Amino acid sequence: MSNILEINELNVSYGGIKAVKDISFYVEAGEIVTLIGANGAGKSSTLRSIVGLVKPESGKIVFNEKEISSIPTDQIVAQGITLVPEGRRVFADLTVLENLKIGAYMRKDSLDEDIKWVYDLFPRLKERSWQLAGTLSGGEQQMLAIGRALMSRPKLIMMDEPSLGLAPIIVQGVFEIIKEINKQGVTILLVEQNANMALKAAHRAYVMETGRITLSGTGKELAENEEVKAAYLGKAKD
Amino acid sequence: MDWISRNLPYLMAGISVGGQYALIAIGYTMVYGILRLINFAHGDIFMVAGLILVYSATVLPMYIAIPLMIIATVFIGFMVERVAYKPLRSAPRMSIMISAIGVSYLLQNLALYVTGGLSQQYPAIPWISDTITIFGTTTKRVTVITPFLTIILVVILVLLIKYTKIGMAMRAASRDFETSQLMGIKINSVVSMTFIIGTFLAAIGSLLFFTNYTGVTPTVGAMPGLKAFVAAVFGGIGSIPGAVIGAFIIGICENIIKGLGWTTFSDAFTFALLIIILIAKPTGLFGEKATDKV
Repeated sequence: MSNILEINELNVSYGGIKAVKDISFYVEAGEIVTLIGANGAGKSSTLRSIVGLVKPESGKIVFNEKEISSIPTDQIVAQGITLVPEGRRVFADLTVLENLKIGAYMRKDSLDEDIKWVYDLFPRLKERSWQLAGTLSGGEQQMLAIGRALMSRPKLIMMDEPSLGLAPIIVQGVFEIIKEINKQGVTILLVEQNANMALKAAHRAYVMETGRITLSGTGKELAENEEVKAAYLGKAKD
Repeated sequence: MDWISRNLPYLMAGISVGGQYALIAIGYTMVYGILRLINFAHGDIFMVAGLILVYSATVLPMYIAIPLMIIATVFIGFMVERVAYKPLRSAPRMSIMISAIGVSYLLQNLALYVTGGLSQQYPAIPWISDTITIFGTTTKRVTVITPFLTIILVVILVLLIKYTKIGMAMRAASRDFETSQLMGIKINSVVSMTFIIGTFLAAIGSLLFFTNYTGVTPTVGAMPGLKAFVAAVFGGIGSIPGAVIGAFIIGICENIIKGLGWTTFSDAFTFALLIIILIAKPTGLFGEKATDKV
């Protein structure tokens, strides 16, 4: 398999503070890869710099063999990357259907098939098609944010804390969907504080600590790693 | 009949002036909706639109001069955003506000230089400047046309925002720049489009306003600009229907006050209204609730 995304010695700063220090990692086509780590470890900054919302200080971001670290966000999205932002950020005063349509803003072809696809994945959204997105529950908003991202027919979906602020039962559902979307051929880069769920779902994983990648391995390996267990899975070292 | 013919002129003038304020107010409210910027230069662009027609009408026939004036005004509005606001988009909001005040004075002083400070006679525009009589009241045809034209333009605008792709992008961008970018929306085009629509309506507004006015001076944009701004705040800044309704209310109230013989107080009324609204209901009639961004 080929690498769909390659990050090389990426550095990102926010207002003079180095949030990401010299990190390198890759995502293969068809994988679910997760970045786990504590709050403030630089996970979100990594995703935001990949999609061009913050300009990296240095380093290379290669997507589909194309360097994308210095092009504007709309063009990065046009290449086939999308980000489901932290906190969902659905457009509260647009309807559910409009939110889906705006997810496909770049596309000029018919959206009927994709809307049907998303409604099949999330039947709840279909019931609420004409409702304003702001009136949805947190879980429904997360579904909408994922559905909206799917509408651009991305090759790579990045998700920033999709389980944040959701009830455990809903979180379970969100991860089911993530796996389902992946089975249908979309590569996923997932950032999570919920390391337990993320490691179970992911093929490979990286651990981030204060801006650096400190560990990497398959999801299973890291889930069994003693340090990871102690720091992120809430299980003490025996 | 006597009562009507005594009061009708004021009511008609009020509705007409309200329509003109509305066309300017939309520019304020839309720009605020997208950029959270009060575009202090908007009233001056309105004045510049007047001057462009004054000068172009001296050398060109009206049917060329008017479209030319509209295109030139829209171009100026577009350029002001690109040159004076866009580079400051990620700067603190105060900086871009100060830049807007700078543009306002720049335009006024350019106009002062070009006109030599003399009031320029606005050309009579065929048909709409004609005098007509309704219910025994003589007025210019523009007084009657203005409210209808305003409402038609507003309806088109509202449909555009509600049903077109760029309209959807404008609604999205007015709520969340960053997420809009993630959808692949080009923020720069959306912002430019907002300025283009705003200045286009101000250009039409200037055509209607100056036809009923003595002449164009470098500071003539200030008062209607301020009134339109008050209308936008009154209606709830960021809301288009709010700005339109606010503008009509202010236009009508001002003229009723004039009709009662208190002409001196008509401007004071508008600004007193601004203060009262800011105290009693800062979000205006249709303002967005402050519950976004959780």
